[in-house]
Amino acid sequence: MPFYVAPEQMMKDKADYARKGIARGRSLMGVVYAGGILLAAENPSRTLHKVSEIYDRIAFAGAGKYSEYDQLRVAGVRHADTKGYAYSREDVDARSLANAYAQLIGQVFTHDVKPLEVEILVAEVGPGEESSREAAGGDQLYHILYDGTVVDEDHLSVLGGESEGIQQRMESAYVEGWSLADALKGAVAALAGEDRTIEPSDLEVAVLERESGRRSFRRIKDQELVSLLD
Amino acid sequence: MTLPMFPTSDDPGPSFTHLLRRLQGEPPTFEVDEALVVHGTTIAAIRYDDGVVMVGDRRATAGSTIAHRNMDKVYPADRHSGVAIAGAAGQAMEVVKLFQLQLEHYEKVEGSALSLEGKANQLAQMIRQNMPLAMQGLAVLPIFGGYDLRRGTGRIFAYDLTGGRYEETDYHADGSGGRDARTTVKLGYRDDMEREACIELAIQSLYEAAEEDSATGGPDPVRGIYPVIATITSDGFEKLADQDVAERFEALIQRRMADGGGRSR
Repeated sequence: MPFYVAPEQMMKDKADYARKGIARGRSLMGVVYAGGILLAAENPSRTLHKVSEIYDRIAFAGAGKYSEYDQLRVAGVRHADTKGYAYSREDVDARSLANAYAQLIGQVFTHDVKPLEVEILVAEVGPGEESSREAAGGDQLYHILYDGTVVDEDHLSVLGGESEGIQQRMESAYVEGWSLADALKGAVAALAGEDRTIEPSDLEVAVLERESGRRSFRRIKDQELVSLLD
Repeated sequence: MTLPMFPTSDDPGPSFTHLLRRLQGEPPTFEVDEALVVHGTTIAAIRYDDGVVMVGDRRATAGSTIAHRNMDKVYPADRHSGVAIAGAAGQAMEVVKLFQLQLEHYEKVEGSALSLEGKANQLAQMIRQNMPLAMQGLAVLPIFGGYDLRRGTGRIFAYDLTGGRYEETDYHADGSGGRDARTTVKLGYRDDMEREACIELAIQSLYEAAEEDSATGGPDPVRGIYPVIATITSDGFEKLADQDVAERFEALIQRRMADGGGRSR
């Protein structure tokens, strides 16, 4: 039994292990549309969510191992709620949450025996008023990988095993300023690929709406989902 | 700020107050001079066919002086419930802030909202936790009202200093002018009241309380400050517009003047 493993080899093994775990789960995406940010996931479960609310304008999405990203989700809600309580609701932002996630996930990747088999998305919808949008930085999508790498993505972020193919399909379908229905149809088609369709019952869809009062997160389900896909 | 992670055997669960205590430790205790403490005064809630009406005057007092003229005492607790506060104002506003967070935090962590009964019990626990401070003069007396989606009806809960929780069948009023408000509601209350009649009765009860109790603020047309009135139905918490409330008080005053309103006293 060898006592020495080269760090390069160890990191590579951990990365392979994490990637394999993530690829076992189904993919999801966050994409910007005219009224906010759409989060669409392929998820046959109605109760074990891949997409959830973190704070007033912030949502969370996780791909990979459910128990691991759900633990991260709860930590994110706690981080946001305690920060908003200590300072002000306006001071809670996706960037600092994404950094906190990146630190934790990176820490686990380098120091623990088993890396987290997750990829997460932290999305924040920009303010409704045109004037304050610039100052606050508009819509934000932070894609955090299994090793703690943060990617600040522009208008589209795809997570999960087949993310490359989905990303390509979605990029070619993407139209700036498109409606929710168009964005959703595009997202579902991209998630499914050419030779298969996804039933509405296998979809988990939510939006961060720019103009919807304090809590902008809303789930789209049942009849509303079916009629948007028609 | 780092992410608050806890070992699974020692996890605070969906409770925001437990989480805060884990992160901050227990609050300190101290001596309080009652005359320096700002008090919020009269609040009332009345149940009607489709839900609950909640009202609160706007005055806050410190001893015998008026500390604030435009304090808000009726707050949404979440989408389908509201809380009105009387007692030590600073402490009461903190209780409301924590209570709102507690409900939202639970809803986000667990993925579904608490039952109305569960929310009422949560508030009782928070009032009980405040008891050491209540004994030092920082008592908080809330009324909790909401629409119970499972039972399809409005419900009202009153509390005492010790965190005792009492479900009121039809109405309750609390604070320094609470007795006068309660009597007014008692005399005017009928079964099967509708929204309009209920709002009218709530307005009347505050008007009477302001007449009899020096710590209760009446309508203040000079500054345009009027009591806060909110309804909670299956559609959620809705605060009446200031203009609407102003018109209702104006109508009440006109009626009083027309029939010589209480001149003999």
